[in-house]
Amino acid sequence: MIELLDVHKRFLENVVLDGVSLEVKDGETVALLGPSGVGKSVTLKMINGLLRPDSGDVIVDGLHVPTLGRKELAELRSKIGYVFQYGALFDSMSVAENIRLGITDETCYNDEKFCDNRVAECLRLVNLLPEVATKLPAELSGGMKKRVGIARAIAGKPKYLLYDEPTSGLDPVNADVIDGLIERLRDELGVTSVVVSHDVRGSFRVADRVALLWQAKIRAVGTAEEILASRDTAVQQFLERDLEMSLIQAEGNQDRHGA
Amino acid sequence: MSNGAVLTLGPLRLLARWSLRTADHVGRFSFLIADMFRGLAEWRIWVPRTLEQATAVGYGSLFIVLLVAGFAGAVTSLQTGYQFTGTLPLYYAGAVISESMILELGPVLTALILAGRIGARYAAELGTMRVTEQIDALESLGRSPVSHLLLPRVVAGLMVIPALTMFANATGIVVGYLTAKGALGLTYGDFEYGARYFFRPLDLWYSLIKSYCFAAAITAIPCYLGFNTQQGAEGVGRATTTAVVSASVAILMLDALITKLLLVAK
Repeated sequence: MIELLDVHKRFLENVVLDGVSLEVKDGETVALLGPSGVGKSVTLKMINGLLRPDSGDVIVDGLHVPTLGRKELAELRSKIGYVFQYGALFDSMSVAENIRLGITDETCYNDEKFCDNRVAECLRLVNLLPEVATKLPAELSGGMKKRVGIARAIAGKPKYLLYDEPTSGLDPVNADVIDGLIERLRDELGVTSVVVSHDVRGSFRVADRVALLWQAKIRAVGTAEEILASRDTAVQQFLERDLEMSLIQAEGNQDRHGA
Repeated sequence: MSNGAVLTLGPLRLLARWSLRTADHVGRFSFLIADMFRGLAEWRIWVPRTLEQATAVGYGSLFIVLLVAGFAGAVTSLQTGYQFTGTLPLYYAGAVISESMILELGPVLTALILAGRIGARYAAELGTMRVTEQIDALESLGRSPVSHLLLPRVVAGLMVIPALTMFANATGIVVGYLTAKGALGLTYGDFEYGARYFFRPLDLWYSLIKSYCFAAAITAIPCYLGFNTQQGAEGVGRATTTAVVSASVAILMLDALITKLLLVAK
């Protein structure tokens, strides 16, 4: 289980999180929605200890993350897969080497045969051909990079998966592919996931519950239906903006196809 | 508040801010060095990567180091000839060329060139990795960036830079002798006599100790600055420039300090 308890975080004068509390139950997928720059990625980085809260607590797998020492944190991180916004693939390494780094068990990591099999399995899970294994990240498209990032995150068979804007910068078709992948991994691997996104439709598709982060606070938490039925002005405003963006995008696609 | 008070507060505030920032850097740099010592235990990770780095950095820098050392030897030789002809016996040129190369020109010029070459490379590589979240990715995989990224670079520098310095010393002396032979008519016997007459084994140790200290500055400072890069491409550019300048200044300061400690104190 992942718990954020009254978390506060500020960078100089900028208050990013102001008393954020959230609970993600085992096996559940929660989408953290909100406009850009509202602190969604900061929240995610606190869950795996890349950032520490100024006050409040973050509990993952029963461990108080901000108080963990170097070793305990590394141990906890081996149970958490993190998918970065821009993939964060090591550009001097091949796709296979990148995925292999995700194998966090040292004995398995040093076993060549195990690693080859695991890399192939992870590529299959993210719908990539085995030939991709030998390529460098620079030779991949944006969507493929995201999928390799996901493959690396699941290579260590994590208990928790954190997705940082998994569909940002992708066209609607590729975004749909990634959303489908998140759903499939949730069903096949049964991991507990937090998906940070500003894509409302995608989040409603993949998440069991959705939380809206608005002006440094959690403004609403609930199922897609509950969020859609919310009378909160901030929630309505955010959903309307997303709807407008979807319409603009759909019109753009129609124009292109018509032309 | 009077205008005078406002005017004096400005510089004071600047000084306070500068002091705080310097203290912050010193603290974080010290922690990073301590982390590197702790990371030495993970030798299975950093040793193979160190060999890769040493090969890349060593081979890549050899030509420019030897080129600069050769020119330094030649110019020293010509200037010695210009100053000594008619005033001092010519064999003194052998002493001046070899001692200048071993004591000063070899280590310092090599270090300054490598501060630009290796320092910029390390800061830019690590800075780019930081802003593209590759370092965060490594940490999030439960792996230590210190043993994967920093130790291989620092240890490779400590292996390669002293070796390059010794090559530079030898090249400078050989080219210096050849220039003296061509321009001043100095014989090999005279050159060797002069070089041997003033040579002490300490000189070579001094050169080696200096190059190790310079190697530490050339590798550790850029690694620290690259590792702590912020704010995208602009930050990487700033880290790279700062790394080269800081490493160069550190080399000059260490040069003065080591000379005082090892040569003047005798």
